[in-house]
Amino acid sequence: MRRRSELTAGRLAANAFAYGVAIFLLVPTALIVPMSFGPDRYLKFPPSGFTLEWYAAYFSDRDWLDATFFSLRIAVLTSIVATVVGALVSLALVRGRLPGKPVFELLVVGPVIVPNIAIAIATYLVFDGLKLTGTTLGFVAAHTALAMPFVVFTILASLHRFDADLERAALSCGASPLQAFTWVTLPQILPGIVSAALFAFIISFDEPVISFFISDLDHRSLPRKMFEDIDYNVSPTLAAVATVLTGLTILALVVGHFAGRSRQASPAARGPTSGN
Amino acid sequence: MTARPSRFMLGGRTYSPAASLLLATPFLLVLMLAFLLPLGMLLRESLFVPSFTMEHYRRVFDEPVYLRVMYRTIRISALVTLISLLLGYPLAALMARTRGLMLNLLLVAVLLPLWTSVLVRTYAWLVLLQRNGVVNDLLTGLGLVDAPMQLLRTEGAVVLAMSHVLLPFVVLPLYATLRAIPDDYARAARMLGANGFAVFRHVTLPLSMPGITSGCVMVFLLALGFFVTPALIGGPQQMMLATLVQQQVTELLNWPFAGAIIGVLLLAVLGLMIVFHRVIRLDRFVGQS
Repeated sequence: MRRRSELTAGRLAANAFAYGVAIFLLVPTALIVPMSFGPDRYLKFPPSGFTLEWYAAYFSDRDWLDATFFSLRIAVLTSIVATVVGALVSLALVRGRLPGKPVFELLVVGPVIVPNIAIAIATYLVFDGLKLTGTTLGFVAAHTALAMPFVVFTILASLHRFDADLERAALSCGASPLQAFTWVTLPQILPGIVSAALFAFIISFDEPVISFFISDLDHRSLPRKMFEDIDYNVSPTLAAVATVLTGLTILALVVGHFAGRSRQASPAARGPTSGN
Repeated sequence: MTARPSRFMLGGRTYSPAASLLLATPFLLVLMLAFLLPLGMLLRESLFVPSFTMEHYRRVFDEPVYLRVMYRTIRISALVTLISLLLGYPLAALMARTRGLMLNLLLVAVLLPLWTSVLVRTYAWLVLLQRNGVVNDLLTGLGLVDAPMQLLRTEGAVVLAMSHVLLPFVVLPLYATLRAIPDDYARAARMLGANGFAVFRHVTLPLSMPGITSGCVMVFLLALGFFVTPALIGGPQQMMLATLVQQQVTELLNWPFAGAIIGVLLLAVLGLMIVFHRVIRLDRFVGQS
């Protein structure tokens, strides 16, 4: 309970500063959205008019579209593979007598602790030798490994919340273990599974560092294509792409929020360290 | 079935070691192919090419060019960590005191950037900081400077953009820690006569140390290996470790040396993790806390 007497000048100043920081967090990306509809060759704020020119440029450019669809395919596949692989290992971790469990737990957190640049360079070295650069298999494998910590932690959390007595009740009522899992456990942990899948999707779709190295000339992910364009010619088309990308991310987060329970602070897997 | 079910034995039964291993096999395969094997091969390059040698590691520390990059990487990372903490603490404290709609809005402000592509955020800074960009318009408009300034390709711009990108990583663990501190402590201190600042200094701040450490270590660690933002916002004068490695690999094809730089980076990260493993709650970054 906050009492009026506690609202000292110091507290007020700290609060004002804190709101300022929250706005600072949102402003740069938020400014890009209106600017992407402006006609200026050099993005201006406020924009001097309204045009869909840059969106038209995005959606009619072969390279941008190829990269977008390539990334979408990778992200969908990663999301499926990572969720299945992650759910299986989560079950083994929670319910199994898994030999070498500490090693597995260390492996689960590995991809968040090891800097992405290290994983990226290393993956490039090996994938180049195995002819996996630019391939769907290579991208999905790399992104699945990267998404694993987020997927496993999310599913573990929902497994821990699940009331084990429910499944035990099903078993004692004559259900087979498989039936009990399918009809009792799975529906209960489904919100966790859905959030995990969405996190994996976003992680893969937005992943810039590993993609930078394992793309090849014909098969580039969207982040890799963005990286090139930012580096060589900062065209307003990028603002349109950035806006579409941000919109997609927000959409995925909103879906994830409502699919996962409405528990407070739930958009929550705390966030990707893949963001560098 | 045991009489007292533990929460680690959900459902009616546990899986046998063999069944558990089978369930974990796909995970192991993926991590092998895209994590363990690559890192192992890269480190092998750094140590055993052409035969066992510490030459590549010695080069990292011997040549002034590379030493400068390492020193700059540490300096920028430390600065980014400090700024993130100074900006993040008040925000986390506000969130810990807030409830309801306002809390949700603040959470959105922290989580949305976190999940927005780092490329989008870096691009946004690039647009804002360019010579005829919003920031320069603002500065000249307010009469603070006479002519647009060179903002991009400066260390300040790199630090600013990186702090912005990494800020959520310090806010989240701090928020979790601060929220767990019972209000009673501050109230008790007040009843004993402490003023607002004394409460902060002697009660809140010490109790939030685990969150501070956790957030700072995470930001520092991420900053050390940061690639996208310094590569795009900075110029050659602001080159950091990750860009150096990229150059060695894509332009010079010097894998052993790139491996050695990565080896040094991994040692630094490993050291940080060993020293701080007690306070770093990884689940706060990668799952529900």
